[in-house]
Amino acid sequence: MPKSLTPLLWFLFSAGGTVAALLFPIHFLVAGIAVPLGWLEAPSYQSVLDLAGHPLTRLYLFVLICLPLFHAAHRFRYTLYDGLKIKHLTILIVTVCYGTALVGTMAAAYFLLGRL
Amino acid sequence: MSSQPHYTAYHPKWYRRPVSVWWWLERWPYTKFVLRELTSLPVGYFALLTLWQVRALVEGEAAYNRFLTRLESPAFVMLNIICFAGVLFHAFTWFHLTPKAMVVRIFGKRLPDAFIIFLNYVGWIGLSAVIVLIWMRA
Repeated sequence: MPKSLTPLLWFLFSAGGTVAALLFPIHFLVAGIAVPLGWLEAPSYQSVLDLAGHPLTRLYLFVLICLPLFHAAHRFRYTLYDGLKIKHLTILIVTVCYGTALVGTMAAAYFLLGRL
Repeated sequence: MSSQPHYTAYHPKWYRRPVSVWWWLERWPYTKFVLRELTSLPVGYFALLTLWQVRALVEGEAAYNRFLTRLESPAFVMLNIICFAGVLFHAFTWFHLTPKAMVVRIFGKRLPDAFIIFLNYVGWIGLSAVIVLIWMRA
């Protein structure tokens, strides 16, 4: 891992951690539990599409997806190091963790900017 | 006389008490630490779930409705309840960590930790209310 990337990775970790702490609980409660269990009625497809089509919403969704992905990747990387003591597998761990975050970010950019 | 450093071929291994894989269950602070670190999994899961929802939205109405139906399955509801608890644990521990990671000084005086934690909760409740309002209007 190049040393020069370390500050960026820690920045993404803390920014993503803040986004996840402030915004994930309510989104998760609504989209992951309340709507599937029928406590709340899902808004119509067209109204969700209209809302998501707004440039600010797209930017919001992009930040909501990619920053927490990097936060989780960074934290999970150190969990694997410390918890399982497998520091010798650094290259594999780093590739899988940040690779997932990077692919997720590219997919989010593709759907939100290219397709929506 | 040689100035080369010289190593013995054999280095004794100090005795170390073997540590069980379950060391973190022995004390609550350890357990809390490990659980806190493992919240990365639910956080990553929800980010990917959101990405999946965006994809379904882009693919069209049929795909979006399929996504909604899939989330209604008992397996997903169970998984989501467990992961929601993890995300909530991340939020609480994060709010309580910020004053330790970031010291805020105003006129040379350090803001009390409790005040920063309080601001985190205020921001959290405020943002959640705004999101619910936007969602209700949609």
